[in-house]
Amino acid sequence: MVEGNAKGRAITVALAGQPNVGKSTVFNMLTGLSQHVGNWPGKTIEQKTGTYQYNGTTVHVVDLPGTYSLTANSLEERIARDYIIEERPDVVVVIVDATALERNLYLVAELLSLPIAVVLGLNMTDVAEQQGVRIDPHVLGAALGLPVVPMVASKNQGVRELVETLDRVIRGQATFTPNRPEIRLDHRVVLAELQRLVAGQVPDPYPEDWVALKLLEGDEEVTGMMRERLDGTHWEQVHAILKRHEDAILAVAGGRYEWIGRMVRAGVTRPRAGQVTLTDQVDQVATHPLWGLLLLLGILGLVFWLTYAIGAPLQELLDTYLVQAGAGWVRETLASAPAWLVGLLADGVIAGAGTVITFLPILVIFFAALGLLEDVGYMARAAYVMDRFMHLMGLHGKSFLPLFLGFGCNVPAVMGTRIIDSPRARLLTILVAPLVPCTARMAVVAVLAPLFFGRAAALVSWGLVGLSLALLAVVGMLLHELVLGGEHVAFIMELPLYHVPNARTIGLSVWQRMVAFLKKAGSIILAVSVVVWALSALPGGDIESSYLAQIGRLLAPLGALMGLGWQMMVALLTSFVAKENTIATLGILYGAGEEGRGLGQAVAGVLTPAAALAFLAVQVLFIPCVATVAVVRQETGSWRWTSFSVALLLVVSFAVGIAIYQVARLAGWGV
Amino acid sequence: MSMSAMPLSALSPGQVGVVRGLAGGRGLVSRLAALGFVPDAEVTMVQNFGQGPLIVLVRDTRVALGRGEAAKVMIVRRGSSNGRGEC
Repeated sequence: MVEGNAKGRAITVALAGQPNVGKSTVFNMLTGLSQHVGNWPGKTIEQKTGTYQYNGTTVHVVDLPGTYSLTANSLEERIARDYIIEERPDVVVVIVDATALERNLYLVAELLSLPIAVVLGLNMTDVAEQQGVRIDPHVLGAALGLPVVPMVASKNQGVRELVETLDRVIRGQATFTPNRPEIRLDHRVVLAELQRLVAGQVPDPYPEDWVALKLLEGDEEVTGMMRERLDGTHWEQVHAILKRHEDAILAVAGGRYEWIGRMVRAGVTRPRAGQVTLTDQVDQVATHPLWGLLLLLGILGLVFWLTYAIGAPLQELLDTYLVQAGAGWVRETLASAPAWLVGLLADGVIAGAGTVITFLPILVIFFAALGLLEDVGYMARAAYVMDRFMHLMGLHGKSFLPLFLGFGCNVPAVMGTRIIDSPRARLLTILVAPLVPCTARMAVVAVLAPLFFGRAAALVSWGLVGLSLALLAVVGMLLHELVLGGEHVAFIMELPLYHVPNARTIGLSVWQRMVAFLKKAGSIILAVSVVVWALSALPGGDIESSYLAQIGRLLAPLGALMGLGWQMMVALLTSFVAKENTIATLGILYGAGEEGRGLGQAVAGVLTPAAALAFLAVQVLFIPCVATVAVVRQETGSWRWTSFSVALLLVVSFAVGIAIYQVARLAGWGV
Repeated sequence: MSMSAMPLSALSPGQVGVVRGLAGGRGLVSRLAALGFVPDAEVTMVQNFGQGPLIVLVRDTRVALGRGEAAKVMIVRRGSSNGRGEC
């Protein structure tokens, strides 16, 4: 415990808990806007920290990832237990869901085998009571030997009591004599033997008895660590024991559940089984293979409707009154300044910042919708309904939602992959997400396809959407097999009880994602926008003689394979900043004005139908806009995977473009 | 009397099984065990359409499982002659 004067001291409290127990609500109630969101060192998993003051103490709160256990089954579990063992927080608060107390106490059983002070926050007691489950916190606390605080975090009940209890614990005024779980009798001898073998060889700060237990559980990380530490003969003996007891995990886990049974016997009264809860009723529809699918499509349709009804007009307002007005103001104010400075500010900086700003309304709506569906408990159902389809690509059911959002905009799609727990499935989803044709790309198709194909435009547009999705499936399957090792993604997912959403939780999650987007992606978008402007304006000031045009001419041989001139290649390059640029660039290069009027005659004369089709396909499949690339970097945390994603899309888009043009040429169609 | 262990995926909705053992790799066993799939635990089938993923109730928690994962949980049907004398 912390020593010394009550004045001006600081302590650290770690918040642990299984997923879906309202842990983030508790964290939000404790810390509010003092939160800092970052990543765990060297990991792509979000780390939230925050502080509060109470009774002269500054309390740093660290939100650990939600985990079912502390075995190294996932990155989250490793992070949580490494933090507890290595950083030794002063207290661990474990939040448990009163409606599934026994399963939740499993994590408590694991925590108690570590030498650390534990306080139990018994959350969702209101829902438990509605179900007829009565838990006496004092009796439960006495059995466990820990302080137990009943809470309804979503209604801000019990949070103050938790703060007071923590204060008493750090002052040594609360009882903490935990009743630690013991292993089943039949494995006690083996565990003692393992303990003897590792004695004196366990690296700091790992407790020896905990290491022996994890060895017996078959924990990969601990096994690897001890294989390195132990000398040959000792390791041989340990290894022999572990081989003989390969299924010891069941005995250890079974032992923990027996212990849990003893802990809850006195303090919990349960109703007779057989009640039909609200969750059961809603799930009759929500998880049904057909009705569930229709419900999902309905909900997604609603999200899109909201986006277009509210988001698009807002986007336009921001563009007109902030971005255009800003650029106009710069041009006016700096009328006497050198042209390059005006261009840099108006077309580079403000255009880049404008891209960032105009994304905000759509992102807010998407993330609010995602946050609401997640908080209500629906997200897991959507994943369940879609799992059978996503499985084919080695993806998880949870990959569906972010991918579907990609039709609106790839940026929230990539950021939305955070709901996928498995890092591999998440990476795969991020890599294929840009193959979902977003509205900006389809808008370009909507302008160009009628110019090229007249009445057949709608057919071409739908064909391009189908082509994108077919490629998404093929690329997904190939990446799954070749790059990510074809590992089967186990589908095990808790379907939490439905509950009333908490506005504060949703609001904070939207706020944090916005801040992350502005800070991380915003700076990349701005930088790229300025660079592309410079390339298009230097050295002469007009695009025809610019560096960008020179790059376009360099790419002409590649373009020739698709029947495209250098102007079309330049149009593709400028689409990197924003997809809509394609049309403006073509307008300038073919001297038709920026509005696209007259572009038809200008372009139709240059492009054969085969080349036009190839161009549209490349433009739909091309590397996504800089905002998407920036969030790919933000979410993967790796330039390597970001480059891989860009390279992949370049190869796919050009390969498809060349294939379309060459096949059409060989068939003698449209040339 | 032979107790007929069967995979969890063979239960029909509403039927209750008692876990006898888990097959499969260590990672899967460890994840399932943490969720409460340990010997003697009761599992109720909630939804099972004979193909695709299914939903079970274990320790007051609804858990969605892939069919492959559910096939690795070996159970004895509650109410059938399993020698436990329950129900």
